[in-house]
Amino acid sequence: MSGPAPSAPRKALLRGMLASAPFLVVVVPFALLFGVVATEAGLDIVQVLAFSLAVFAGASQFTALQLMQDQAPVVIVLATSLAVNLRMGMYSAALTPHLGALPLGRRTLVSFFLVDQSYAASAAEFERRPTLPLPDKLAFFAGTVLLVAPLWYIATWAGAVLGTRIPPEYALDFAVPITFISMLGPMLRTWAHVAAALTSVVAALALSFMPYGSGLLVAAVLAMLTGALVELWQERRA
Amino acid sequence: MTYSDLQVWAIILGLGLGTFAIRFSFLGLIGSRTLPPFALRLLRYTAVAVIPGLVAPLVAWPAITGGQPDPARLTAAATALALGLIFRNVLLAIFGGIGALYLVQALVG
Repeated sequence: MSGPAPSAPRKALLRGMLASAPFLVVVVPFALLFGVVATEAGLDIVQVLAFSLAVFAGASQFTALQLMQDQAPVVIVLATSLAVNLRMGMYSAALTPHLGALPLGRRTLVSFFLVDQSYAASAAEFERRPTLPLPDKLAFFAGTVLLVAPLWYIATWAGAVLGTRIPPEYALDFAVPITFISMLGPMLRTWAHVAAALTSVVAALALSFMPYGSGLLVAAVLAMLTGALVELWQERRA
Repeated sequence: MTYSDLQVWAIILGLGLGTFAIRFSFLGLIGSRTLPPFALRLLRYTAVAVIPGLVAPLVAWPAITGGQPDPARLTAAATALALGLIFRNVLLAIFGGIGALYLVQALVG
C-alpha cells in the first residue's frame, strides 16, 4: 500500500472493539474478584468503586489491597503499587509516535485509558497499518476501551455488592496471591523475565526482615536490574 | 485493616494520580523524545520484578496459619503457576489454583 489509507474512523472504532473483545473474558472476572476481595478486606462500596474508577489498573489495585491487609504505611503502599504500573510508562512512550500529534485534551484521555489491553491491541494494529490516518488511530484506540472500561467498573461494583454476602470462611485470604501467581505464568515470556522473577522471590524472602515491606522495593530494583542485564547479555551473545 | 478513612482515600487518590502521571509521561509531556535504551530495558521488567516478591512471603509464610507453611496453599500456588506457564491463560490458572486449594484442604483438613 502506498500513501495514507482513506480515513474511516467508524470502521477503525469497530475493529478496536473487536480486538479488545477477547480481553473481556479476563477483565470481567478480574474486576469482580477485586470487588469481592476489597469488600472482604473492609473497604466500603464507594471506596472500592473509586479504586477502579481512579486507578483502572488491576495488578496495582490488588497490590495496594494486599499491602493494606499487611498494614503497610501509606507511603509504602503507594510506592510499591506505583512500581507495578511503571510498565505503563513504556506503553506511553511506545504510542507517542502514533498518537503524539493529537491535541492535549485527547492525549490526556488516551493516557487515562492506557492499560495493558488497550496498549497491546493498539500497538499491534498500528504496527500492522502504519499508514492509518490519525483520526482512525484514535478511533481504534477508543474502540479498545469502549467495552473494557465500563465493564471493569460495572464488574467491580457487582463484586463489591457480592463481597458483602460471601462468608469469611472461604479462604479468600489466598485469592489475591493465586490471582498474582496466575498472572505471572503468561508474563514469563523470556529467560530474562524468568531471571527477574526468581531474583524478586529470593531477594524478597531474604529481605523480609526489613520494616514495612521496604524489602520488597529493594528486591524489585534488584530484579529489574537482573532482567535488563540478562536481556543485554543475551543480545550480545546472539 | 485499620486505616482511617483519610488514609484509604489518600491511597486511592494517590495511586490514581500517580498512575495517570506515568501514563501521561511520554504521550502528554515528553512528546517524541526517546528514553535511554537501558531505561526502557528496566521498564520492561517492572511487573515481573514486583509481583513475585510480593507473593513469595504470602505463599511461604501465610498469616492465616501463623506463618507456618501450609500444604494446601503451596499446592494451590504451584498449580496456578504451572497452569499459567503451560496454557498462558490467567483465568484457567486462577480457577485451577483455587480448585487445588479447596481440594487439598478437603483431603488434609
